[in-house]
Amino acid sequence: MKKDTSHINSLENEAIYIMREVAAQFEKPVLLFSGGKDSITLVRLAVKAFYPAKVPFPLMHIDTGHNFPETIEFRDRLVKELGLELIVRNVQDSIDEGKVKEESGRYASRNMLQTTTLLDAIEEFKFDACIGGARRDEEKARAKERIFSVRDDFGQWDEKNQRPELFDMLNGEIEHGQNVRVFPISNWTELDVWSYIEKENIEIPSIYFAHKRKVFLRDGMIWSADDEVVYRDDHEEVIEEMVRFRTVGDMSCTAAVLSEASTIDKVVEEIRDSTISERGARIDDKRSEAAMEKRKQQGYF
Amino acid sequence: MEVLKIATAGSVDDGKSTLIGRILYDTKSLTTDKLEAIEKTSKQRGYDYLDFSLATDGLVAEREQGITIDVAHIYFSTKKKSYIIADTPGHVEYTRNMVTGASTSQASIILIDARKGVIEQTNRHFFINNLLRIKDVVVAINKMDLVDYSEEVYNKIKADFSELMSKRDYQDQKITFIPVSALKGDNVVNKTDKMPWYKGEALLEHLEQLDKADIFNVGTPRFPVQYVIRPKTEEFHDYRGYAGKVYGGDLSVGDDIIVLPSKTRSKIKDIYFYDEKYETASRRSSVTITLENDINVSRGDMIVKEGDLPTIDKQFTANVCWMDTNELTPGGKYVVQHGINKVLAKVERINHKINPDYSGFEKGVTGLAINDIASVTFKLNKPIFYDQFKNHRTNGSFIIIDTQSNNTVGAGFIQ
Ligand SMILES: Nc1nc2c(ncn2[C@@H]2O[C@H](COP(=O)(O)OP(=O)(O)O)[C@@H](O)[C@H]2O)c(=O)[nH]1
Ligand SMILES: [Mg+2]
Repeated sequence: MKKDTSHINSLENEAIYIMREVAAQFEKPVLLFSGGKDSITLVRLAVKAFYPAKVPFPLMHIDTGHNFPETIEFRDRLVKELGLELIVRNVQDSIDEGKVKEESGRYASRNMLQTTTLLDAIEEFKFDACIGGARRDEEKARAKERIFSVRDDFGQWDEKNQRPELFDMLNGEIEHGQNVRVFPISNWTELDVWSYIEKENIEIPSIYFAHKRKVFLRDGMIWSADDEVVYRDDHEEVIEEMVRFRTVGDMSCTAAVLSEASTIDKVVEEIRDSTISERGARIDDKRSEAAMEKRKQQGYF
Repeated sequence: MEVLKIATAGSVDDGKSTLIGRILYDTKSLTTDKLEAIEKTSKQRGYDYLDFSLATDGLVAEREQGITIDVAHIYFSTKKKSYIIADTPGHVEYTRNMVTGASTSQASIILIDARKGVIEQTNRHFFINNLLRIKDVVVAINKMDLVDYSEEVYNKIKADFSELMSKRDYQDQKITFIPVSALKGDNVVNKTDKMPWYKGEALLEHLEQLDKADIFNVGTPRFPVQYVIRPKTEEFHDYRGYAGKVYGGDLSVGDDIIVLPSKTRSKIKDIYFYDEKYETASRRSSVTITLENDINVSRGDMIVKEGDLPTIDKQFTANVCWMDTNELTPGGKYVVQHGINKVLAKVERINHKINPDYSGFEKGVTGLAINDIASVTFKLNKPIFYDQFKNHRTNGSFIIIDTQSNNTVGAGFIQ
């Protein structure tokens, strides 16, 4: 018997319902794939929603060019194994075409530049619905998003004037040129996503698990020093630590956390006990505080 | 784990956001970084207390004006339950967002400022909660710290509110009064010693023992077909699956069913959830079913059990909450979305407006303004398959979509 007693099952049922509404209400939907755990969860839900038929929409990755190599490898394998269609659009192209300007310096990131590439791609393919993995527990403004969130011709969100969303009725009516952002896992928390990954035995990129990595500390956060992507001052010393990532966005703005959690059940346990939020991934345990203290004493700051 | 969805209600400044922030704080659900941010901002603004409303008011405009504009969904859990609380706006002009938050909730908390007592917004919010048939309502009489934790003040408000209760339509709704101070934390998560005259539970204690009454699932099974799955692969050459969510009751393999509107009979052959087969599809599960006969079924059709038909009609009367600044007028044409089914609808007549303070009906109205509640009769261009809202939450409700703006401009509950 298919039970709906547990929390995670009811979230799954809700998300599958939303996936099917997207396929039915829109002509050209797309699933925005970042390579992170949330979008991998979305792919799993899409596969389950339409089985035994193929997922009736493509995935699209807006590649900042600053992704962890593990993520890209993982993406290509996933798409191949599941027989999905993948579209990739590069932020580098938008830079080369002079549409956006690369930031420079200490806090340079391509995170903001993505938007232009995304909007151009939506225009190019005439996508009318973009499925994303945002969750309401991530951030306060996100807590206000609807499941179907209408964007105007300029991709803007009119947050003060959102459509009321009653019961589970989703109104996908739009004008030509508008599109809808769809968030099937709106009601999931970070812990729910991890519990689901564990329950479904979903494969995720290795960087989510504890591993040894060359890192450096800045502003109380741990940054990857493996590649050239993250700007590092000469005085910022490279050390090796056991770390994992809680989110895997653009390398230049994704900090690691110290962790010994090398398996999924350990990760779930760690998230359950965590006292800091995913978006505020800062060091909070004794070890790192001590490490920081030491660095200060050595005159680094 | 059980999930309890709760909506808050009450006028602006009654302390809804503060109450939720307080619950998060006292249950240790705020992460250190979020707490630090609240401490910092509270200090910057010169407060000598922590402004917990900062935990939920996330839009820039909200923080600037210190009000809640839109519904925020807040998540936290105790050992016993997972909670989703909708922090809803108190301003009259954002009532639509309050209805949105309440529509999916099993319980609601109506806040009253102890200094102000029962006011017009209290009436309206209680009325909407009753109209939506929310099973459990907590009336939290807040800011007790500002009225010296007075029992008389509490009793007076309770008596005023009880007068409203006697007039409500859905009498089975359970109502509990709790005196609290959201700011100080009295009777929110922990019981206070400031009000020894109050013998009941603290708010969270009360919520912890509410049963997860499945209000969405009362009724008989209804299966609106959302999507037809035809893989057309070699392995699944003749597969024709009907994907959808089961509402109201369970469906099982072998059940005799009728497909609406064609009224074709068949039997349920298989029930799939992903690649696994099940004997029974329980309510609210998103399954795919196949039928014994090869019949024509498409999106918007409804599969029901034989002998258990809903009303099939091109006309119905409903209580409507109007949410648009443009008036609803007789003769007006809209799209009615009933579940996943969309039909064209014409307003046949406005029967009467309902005063949300229970002072009665207003006849002879020529139009509905924003936030009006009224009994309205619609004519449709083709039949829908519905139940009365009181018997079936999902199959008895609908939204109204403006054909020009595409906005959701109203919600209705079929009588
Ligand atoms: N003294 C006192 N003030 C409160 C209490 N609850 C809320 N407030 C204050 O009332 C104001 C409005 O609170 P807020 O939570 O924003 O109200 P909302 O509009 O219902 O969300 C804020 O200044 C709060 O600090 C309470 O229990 N006691
Ligand atoms: Mg508020």
